[in-house]
Amino acid sequence: MISRRVQYELAGRVVGPALMALQGAQRSLRGRRPRPDGPFGPPLEAGRKLKELMTVQYLQGRYADGAVPVAWATSGFPVEALRALGFYVHYPENHGALCGARRQVPEIAGVAEKAGYSADLCAYARTDLGSVLSSVTPVGRVPRPDLLACCTNICQTVLYWYRALAEHFKVPLVLIDTPYNYGEPKPHHLAYVKEQLAELVQAAERVGGRRLDSGELVEVLERSRQGTHLWRECLATGTRRPSPWTGFDGFIHMAPIVAMRGTEECNAYYRLLKDELEDRVARGVGGIKNERYRLLWDNLPIWYRIRELSTSFAEAGFNFVCTTYTNAWAETADLIRPEDPGGSGAEAYSLVLLNRDLPNRLRVMKGLAQQFGVQGAVLHSDRSCKPYSIGQLDLKERLAEEAHLKVVLLEADHADPRAFSEEQVKTRVQAFIESFA
Amino acid sequence: MSAPVAIGVDAGSTTWKAVAVDAEGVVVASLVEPADPRIEEQTARGLLALRAQTGAPAETPVGATGYGRKLVVASRALTEITCHARGAFTRMGRAGVLLDIGGQDTKVIRFGDGGEVQDFAMNDKCAAGTGRFLEVILARLRVSYDEAAGAVARAVKPVTVSSTCTVFAESEVVSLVARGEPLEGILRGLHQALATRVASLAGRVPEGRPLFMSGGVALNRAMVQSLGEALGRRLEVVPSPQLVGALGAAMSVLA
Ligand code: SF4
Repeated sequence: MISRRVQYELAGRVVGPALMALQGAQRSLRGRRPRPDGPFGPPLEAGRKLKELMTVQYLQGRYADGAVPVAWATSGFPVEALRALGFYVHYPENHGALCGARRQVPEIAGVAEKAGYSADLCAYARTDLGSVLSSVTPVGRVPRPDLLACCTNICQTVLYWYRALAEHFKVPLVLIDTPYNYGEPKPHHLAYVKEQLAELVQAAERVGGRRLDSGELVEVLERSRQGTHLWRECLATGTRRPSPWTGFDGFIHMAPIVAMRGTEECNAYYRLLKDELEDRVARGVGGIKNERYRLLWDNLPIWYRIRELSTSFAEAGFNFVCTTYTNAWAETADLIRPEDPGGSGAEAYSLVLLNRDLPNRLRVMKGLAQQFGVQGAVLHSDRSCKPYSIGQLDLKERLAEEAHLKVVLLEADHADPRAFSEEQVKTRVQAFIESFA
Repeated sequence: MSAPVAIGVDAGSTTWKAVAVDAEGVVVASLVEPADPRIEEQTARGLLALRAQTGAPAETPVGATGYGRKLVVASRALTEITCHARGAFTRMGRAGVLLDIGGQDTKVIRFGDGGEVQDFAMNDKCAAGTGRFLEVILARLRVSYDEAAGAVARAVKPVTVSSTCTVFAESEVVSLVARGEPLEGILRGLHQALATRVASLAGRVPEGRPLFMSGGVALNRAMVQSLGEALGRRLEVVPSPQLVGALGAAMSVLA
């Protein structure tokens, strides 16, 4: 047990950073790669730090089980109590995004499909279950959970997915059930969520083997609050012309706010990123070289096509300066009040984009369109993510009529390339671009 | 015949089309052929024939559209959406909403008084609601488009075809025939199924906006009628509907 803990600490503090330093040294020995003469601005320097951060995070995960209590959590789970209790938290959705970007989903999800899971299930769920069943992962090894932490504020899929995990690993599942909000939140809904947050603490204390120190919880919440604010400030630099980065950069750089929320490393990273973005604004450096039109992206990215898509838009002078997805991790910033963990936790985690109705979605999109000064929007209809994709036809019409945007709907899947039809997407993208001429 | 000044090629998934237009945008010659997978060769052959027929010089600018547009050596390549809008506008002379049922795509395009695309919607990645749907099933029944149109007109009442999926509809139709349902009724049911599907894509078409139709399927009178019924609106078929994309492509290079 002791040696496991030592390995875990070493992985996080020494081996990971050393590996990254080695890679950095190799890179400088080889000489810096000449920047490809593409349509983009210079790459963000922070990108290297991000890679290091996520590599160390996953490397440490390999040695986490047996060293510290391990939880697997949904992206929207109120993670703060787990952090305060010293849990290592693994995010299957973030892992799924990684598998998606590496184009490994068909192989890994295929295992789950063979085991009987429907191909209509969200690709994140299939990828995670397939990875559990086959141990195939791009990160070497994923730690075994002691606790499963599921919050239904993003979708109902996670409920069944985490139940399957609980069945497989034979470990407890804590569920935070957040009733869907039609209009403003109902006080009795919030009270119900608050009660569950208290139960979560008890369950996590049992698994973690110690009592929660309320001072520590407040500290973690304060870090979450700060991190969320920092992320929001990073995103806000996109309002400037040209935007110092692209919405697709944002998809990559959102990993810490999703998977490391509540940690000092997360916040330190966003301070660095924010400085760099503000510096680019001051120097007039854009995410793309020639920003002629500004767009909004709705829904998850298409992980395995990010590069190709952003290139074809950037070549034509289009930049995605805001996305509802990256914004979803910033919009609850003001709801987190560390001095009231239960009450504010219930609000902050209930009032996320996917747990609110379509009028709210429309309001958020119109707000972003105005704040970021966009002329058009691309709505990704994601076969995997039903809650995010339902209602987009109506949103499209309303955005066109009420916000005077040109809007196109792209049908794809965020992680599974088998649901992606190259030619049809290309035609839609090109026709959309032509319609601005 | 005035001399052609621009050529448009529409290399579609089912048919290959080309037009030569004069300075006014009037079509002076055209060609329609079944699509050959060797698009480059077909285009080279077709252009040669078109030039021979019209006396257009080799340097006449060529605009290309359709799925094979990238394989056509052209001065300009634009999507079918932009070209259909421009072609329909050239022919009809006013803004409107265009339904184009192509071989593998069905599009609803709203365009303005300059022929510019204001908005568009397309079928999802599935052949339901496209020209292929009718093509596959008519071939299975060994009925030509013309025969189908006549049969639909004669049908006393439609036989419901519930599948919109091309594959399932094919087997559904086979079992309807086996059950002894009248062919006319089945054909009418088929047209209605496709029309309903396209109408749902078209969504709400604002009143007062003219509704046009282009694409090879617009030659099928029965389909035009079924669509009009499904939409509750009168449809105007753009003259020579299968040439609209190629015409738009030619217009795009007409300086
Ligand atoms: S269905 Fe959507 S919200 Fe749920 S896990 Fe999948 S991508 Fe996330």
